[in-house]
Amino acid sequence: MNDGPLYSVTALFDTPDAIIRAAEEVSTGGYTKYDVNTPFPVHGMDKAMKLRQSRLGIFTFFFGLLGTVSIVGFMTWVTVTDYPLVIGGKPFWTWPAFVPIAFEITVLLAAVLTAITMIVLYFRFPNVSHPLHDTPYMKKVSSDRFGISIQASDPKFDEAAVRELLRSLGGKEIAAIYFDAEDLSHRQELFDPKFLGVLALTAVVVSGATYFSFNTLLDMQPFSWMSEQNKLKAQMPSDFSKDGIGMRPPVEGTVARGFLPYPFNGKPEEAGKDLVNPLLPTPAVLARGKAKFLTFCSPCHGNFARGDSRLQGQFPSPPTLHSDKVRNRPDGSIYNVITEGQNVMPSYASQILPEDRWAIILYIRALQRAQNAKESDLK
Amino acid sequence: MSVPLSAGPLRNELPRKVTRLAWILLALGIVLYAAGYMVDIKRSALNNVVGFLFLASLASGSLFLVALEYIAGAVWSVPMRRVSEFLAALTPLTPLLAIPLFFHLRDVFEWSHPAAAASDSVLMSKSPYLNVTFFVVRFVCVFGLLNLFYYSFIRNSTRQDVSREQKLTTINIRLAALFMPDFAVIVTLIAVDWAMSLEPHWYSTIFGVYYFAGTVLAGLAAATYIIVRFHENGLLPRLRRDHFYSLGALLFAFINFWAYIAFSQFLLTWYANLPEETFWFVKRWRDGWQYVSVLLILVQFVVPYFALLTQDSKMDPKRLKLMSIWILFAHLLDIYWLVMPSYGGGVPLSWMEIGYPVLLAGLVLVVLSYEVKRTNLVPVGDPKLERGLNFRL
Repeated sequence: MNDGPLYSVTALFDTPDAIIRAAEEVSTGGYTKYDVNTPFPVHGMDKAMKLRQSRLGIFTFFFGLLGTVSIVGFMTWVTVTDYPLVIGGKPFWTWPAFVPIAFEITVLLAAVLTAITMIVLYFRFPNVSHPLHDTPYMKKVSSDRFGISIQASDPKFDEAAVRELLRSLGGKEIAAIYFDAEDLSHRQELFDPKFLGVLALTAVVVSGATYFSFNTLLDMQPFSWMSEQNKLKAQMPSDFSKDGIGMRPPVEGTVARGFLPYPFNGKPEEAGKDLVNPLLPTPAVLARGKAKFLTFCSPCHGNFARGDSRLQGQFPSPPTLHSDKVRNRPDGSIYNVITEGQNVMPSYASQILPEDRWAIILYIRALQRAQNAKESDLK
Repeated sequence: MSVPLSAGPLRNELPRKVTRLAWILLALGIVLYAAGYMVDIKRSALNNVVGFLFLASLASGSLFLVALEYIAGAVWSVPMRRVSEFLAALTPLTPLLAIPLFFHLRDVFEWSHPAAAASDSVLMSKSPYLNVTFFVVRFVCVFGLLNLFYYSFIRNSTRQDVSREQKLTTINIRLAALFMPDFAVIVTLIAVDWAMSLEPHWYSTIFGVYYFAGTVLAGLAAATYIIVRFHENGLLPRLRRDHFYSLGALLFAFINFWAYIAFSQFLLTWYANLPEETFWFVKRWRDGWQYVSVLLILVQFVVPYFALLTQDSKMDPKRLKLMSIWILFAHLLDIYWLVMPSYGGGVPLSWMEIGYPVLLAGLVLVVLSYEVKRTNLVPVGDPKLERGLNFRL
């Protein structure tokens, strides 16, 4: 495997203090191309190795700034320009609401882009091979030992002198690491046409499969046992009949059970003449009429039909039912008003049953009588 | 490389100049304090609340740092613990500063008027908590407990200097575990009773945490300043950049924590937009208070954030000295911003507002000069001391 030229000479140390001392000595010795590998960050190493401060922090700062500016810009565009909505009576540009999101995106971009920058600029991605990989040295420094590796490319490098220096510092397992000849001659696979071709093919297949799944596969029915039936659903069209309507209207002149057609629509005069109240003013009928009157009529006409409800003044005022006009009206005419409505008053046909309408009329008569009682009523 | 402990004197006296200044400041402060009460009782009482809350921050924050070291098993802070212990000696003095306030409760607290409480449904419903009797009971309990913990911690710590028993550290660790939950309640009660109840219609459930953030900042900043000054004058000779970095990083962390909590408090109120919550902020955005509000954000967050952002600045003793004084001032401004809008009508700022800081500066220095004479500057009996002195990041 390791059959290429010499890469470096390595030594292992047991404690963080020993490796710090070794790094100090090596850097004072004038070596510049060397590296230290430890299982965890050892504080003070930068100073011992006389490293400049890393410039990665500057990248981080600008990535963070990019995050802040872009997300604030985006939210501004969304809430002010593209889709302005009034939320909770606040202005469109509501900066306090942006702060948590801006904070998150700033941290996210700063962290992720710093990591990517480190991998690309410092680790020279896509180059993923390194002569130290897969060596006993690397196995040890990634578990419990502290190693230093002085590279052969250092101008001061002399193998014997370096070995002597490391030995004098107390380094153990001093070893030479060689480049892998195959690695050195290895062409970068990332830009291999075959690799790129497979990558493109994968992209096409995956996106095609996704398109197929969402647009066709999901709509296909594996079984249609009872969900598809040979019947007509309500409101659906059908070419069975000539007009193309599935639901058939009843035959003209059909009368529903329990309901009689009302022949006096738009004919109040005739209703007054022809309709006769079928009920007698028994206590039971009057009680029913009172209940219905209080529910449906009193909101406008008032509890005593004086036209004095609380709606007075908000609409054209509802009239009193104690006027001569109403008192002299035949029952059939009042029935027609309840059924069809009059002026502002809407039709109550759908709310009050015909029998109840007659009961209400009897109750109104009773109220009218109470307002204009005669001597004889007292007897 | 290592300097023996004896290289620095264990007990010391502050320079004559500093002690004299301390007494002058204290005397001047007391004069201003008394004069203030003669001129304008309400304003002076509110200033008294500011001073009291600041002193309570300093004392309880320092006690918190001592307890934090024990409960977290921290090593790096052991050589500097005594400074926080000296500052915690303000704990027994803090309630003294509140005593004048008990004679002027009605000038400060709206809820203490029985008539106001009876005619106001909000105050009525809060009256089981906000009444004078329970207020005094809480005050006595809070400071009784705080002083109990103070004496226990300090007694064990100083006894260890002589006996060198490891058991005393164990006892203090257990004590710290007892102290922490109590401290959460104590700080919340101080904040709610003395700052939030100034405007009894307002409430914020995060208010205790807000005050806590400032409390730790104050305790930490005061300790940092004194530690750096001691180091410069050869009193704590074996401290290194590693120690200073840790102090700076903790300061930086709590600056961010304060901003985080302050913004959280604001954001929720702003979002909900309920009049019973927003009026408190609206009051601080009117009559000149808006400038104080903006100033507070700059002074307590933006400036120290950038001043302590880089690694080097956290280790630089000069920067740390400047920033710790800056943060102490910021905390004073913070409390001023919490309390003084209750006075009404613009930003009150004159000799009356200067009186209490002067008094406090004098008091802190007098207590410090007394403590350094009495107690060893370094906890020589602490089993973690040598590790703490050799601390590396």
